[in-house]
This record gives sequence, C-alpha cells and structure tokens, in this order.
Amino acid sequence: MFRKSILPISVMIIILIIWEVSTRFFDIPTWVLPAPTVIIQEAISGWDNYQHHILSTVTLIVSGFAIGISVGLIIAIVLHILPKIREALYPLLIMSQNIPIIVLAPLLVIWFGFGVTPKLLIITLVCFFPIAVSTIDGLRHTNPELIHYMKMAGASKRQIFTKLELPYAVPQMFSGLKISATYSVMGAVISEWLGANQGIGVYMTLASSSFRTDRVFVAILFIMILCLIFFAIIIAAEKIILKWHPSKEDQ
Amino acid sequence: MSTLVLENITKRFGEQMILDKLDLQVNDGEFVSLLGPSGSGKSTIFHLIGGLYQADQGMIRLDNETINGKKGSISYMPQTPSLFPWRTVLENVILNVELYQKPDKQKALEMLERAGLKDYANAYPHELSGGMRQRVAFVRSLLSPQSFICLDEPFSSLDEFTRLEMQKWLLSIWEQERPSVLFVTHNIEEAIFLSDRILVLGSKPANVIKEFSIDFERPRNEKLTLSTAFLETKKEIYQTLRGVLDV
Repeated sequence: MFRKSILPISVMIIILIIWEVSTRFFDIPTWVLPAPTVIIQEAISGWDNYQHHILSTVTLIVSGFAIGISVGLIIAIVLHILPKIREALYPLLIMSQNIPIIVLAPLLVIWFGFGVTPKLLIITLVCFFPIAVSTIDGLRHTNPELIHYMKMAGASKRQIFTKLELPYAVPQMFSGLKISATYSVMGAVISEWLGANQGIGVYMTLASSSFRTDRVFVAILFIMILCLIFFAIIIAAEKIILKWHPSKEDQ
Repeated sequence: MSTLVLENITKRFGEQMILDKLDLQVNDGEFVSLLGPSGSGKSTIFHLIGGLYQADQGMIRLDNETINGKKGSISYMPQTPSLFPWRTVLENVILNVELYQKPDKQKALEMLERAGLKDYANAYPHELSGGMRQRVAFVRSLLSPQSFICLDEPFSSLDEFTRLEMQKWLLSIWEQERPSVLFVTHNIEEAIFLSDRILVLGSKPANVIKEFSIDFERPRNEKLTLSTAFLETKKEIYQTLRGVLDV
C-alpha cells in the first residue's frame, strides 16, 4: 500500500514544484494562476471564513448520497423481481443518463425553487444510476449452479433472492457505490451553483466573480479531499463486508 | 426411515426419449449406486427426484408419499460443491436447515467435528482445497432435514488420490449415520467400494439393465479394492458396461 503510493505522490510533488517555480519565474498574476503556496496560505488563513460552507456541503452530500443509493437499490431490486418491468424501463433508465445534469438543473429550480429539494434531486439523479445498474447486473449474473442447488434443496423464490442472489450481488454493488460516492460530491457542488446561501459551490462562485482565484483553488482542493474521503469510506466498508471475497486477498 | 421408489418413469425431451419405463428402488439405510456411461440420463433421474422436472409417466414415491414435481423432498449433493462463498463452512452446512427451520449450530459443529472439519468451521470455501469443499458439501447434505441423500458424481472433479481419500472418508461417515443414499457415478471401482447394490444403466433411453448385489462386509477398508472377489465383481460389471457401449 505504502510502496504503491510513493510513485503518484512523487509525481504530484514534482508538478507542484514546477507550478510554484513557473508562477514565480514568469511573474504570473495571482488572479490568473496563484502559486500553490499562496493557495495553501489562503486555505489556512481563510478557514474561519469558509468552514461553514464545507460543513453545509458535507451534509448535503451525505443526505443526497443516502437517498441516491436507497433509490438505486430499490429500483434494482424491483426491476430484478419483475422482469417485464425491467424490459420496459431499462432503456429509459439509460436514457435518463444522457441528459447532462447541468441542463436539467435550471428546470429543477423552476419546479422546486431554491430550497434543498432540487439539490437533493440532482444528487439522487447522479447517484442512483451507477448503483442501480451494477446491482441489477450482479443480481442477474448469480451463479446458475448455486440457483440450481437452491431449487433442488426446495428453496422458495424469496429464499433464493434473500439467501443467494442478494448477497451474490454485493461485490458488484460496491463497484457502483464507489462511482456514486464521487459523483455525489460533484452533484452537490453543481446543485449549489444554482442558488444557495452556503456551500462549497457558493464559495466558489463568489470567489470567481471577485477574481479571487486562490479561493477557487481552495474550493477545488476541498472538493478533491471530500471525494477522496468518501471513496476511502466506501473502500473501508467494502473491506469489512467483503472479507470473504477471494480476490481481495491478492490486492 | 426413508425408502425411495421410482416406478415406470418415462421422460422425453422433445423427440428424444431419455428414460423409458425406469424402475428402481432404494431401501431404508441402503447405499445404491447408479452406474452408467456419460449422457445416460443419470442427471435427469436426479432432476426428476428433485422435482425440477416432471416425469411424463410414472410415479416417484418417498416413504409411500408421491413426490412427482415436488421440490426439496431429498437432500442433494451436486458434482460441484456449490458452496456459498460468503458463508463460512459452518454457515454453509446449516444452509439447508435454514430453509425450513431455525438451525441448530451445536449439532452442526458436532457433525463437523466427526467429519474432521472442526478446525475449518470458520474458514471460507475459497480457503479450502477441492476435497475439503466436497466434504463440506457432504456434511451439508447430511445435516439437511431431508433424510434421503442423492449424490451426483460428487468426486468426479477430484484427482485419483484425493478421490480414494474421499471415498474412505465418505464410507466412515456413512457407516456411522446410515442414511439411504442414491449415488451416481461412472467409476466402477468407486461404486463397488461404496455400495450395497449397483444398478447398471443402459443408455438412450436409460433403463436398469442389470443389478449387482455387493455383499462385502462393512466396515470396508482400502485392502478390499485389491481382493480377488472385488476384482471379479469389477470384471463382471465391466463386461456388462461394455455390452451397453457396444450396442
């Protein structure tokens, strides 16, 4: 784990050094491209000014993500149990992902105003899809030998679902969760751009309209950190829940 | 107590006749092997008994109760161990009980101990060797609430050495418990070593063409497989099977 991270970290450090040196050497104005040290300084000295924005965004992400995965799981299970409905809805589900969220957002604001509802809706919309699709795939690809065994043992449809298909789909579910976790951070920031009184998205819009490029970078930095934290939480949960998974040992 | 009777079973898949008026019987506490070439409809017989297929004709009775098309009447062990990878060995062996009632873990642990699997109770299937997985699968079918056991070529994927170990192990457990067993195999020695009776199946459509009673004393051990009487029986069965294949 540690050895693996040496390479990407050193590449990152090199990039930061080049960035720092070139902004100084070419005398680039701070409002165009602030040096990394300037950004760090702003991140530290401005903490009191923006920390409530981060807190608000984190709350939004967590609640949106929770709703998103619940919706995704429910859709997956319903579509799995009712194959006819799956046939009818699956193409629509995929089409729903062809609409860029940034286009949909203003509509949601018209319908639901500037409150928390359209924001949660946006996060749900970006989150549910990866989970729903990966879970449906997982459920459908249950080992036929095991299904056969369960039938011979006299298991009911419900028992086959709860004891076999559902646990069988869990590894797939986690690959969907990982994607959704990072999407939810992006969804939260986009939803805040539309109109909110606090949040990283708001902080970012304010900063860019007053040419405080250093603060824009601080916002980007925190978006990255949040993404990484959410991702790490999912990975940790996966490690605990999938401790039986053979491939996990090799990694 | 369980006795299985198949009477006059006929099964077709489209044009093809797989089983034609098949009769067979397994008495209580008896170990019966079905011996036949691949593709002779052995698996079809199991699917009929297991209730996954409906017979076109005939009756399947377990303890005088008709079980045609009734799932879950027998305990079944397939060719592959079919263990659930997310369950530990202990959780796997109680799976079948779970389908019907609240499992008794203590009883399961005792059975694992008798089967020499106690140390593996908390291991996951992927941590076990192929032979070990088959043992777990067998313990699972022993613990099933159904008392009649059907084994579908359980050792066919194992190497020769492991196979012999497994046969000895199976016998030692079976001789303690004495459940009625219907065992499908295409290995003659295996059938003789394990069974009380061997039914040789002819192919397409399958039917019992000859029956051999194997009267070697129990408990049996490995030495038996080299005795003259054993080899005589093997020769006889082999010739019967040759006859099946030549036709």
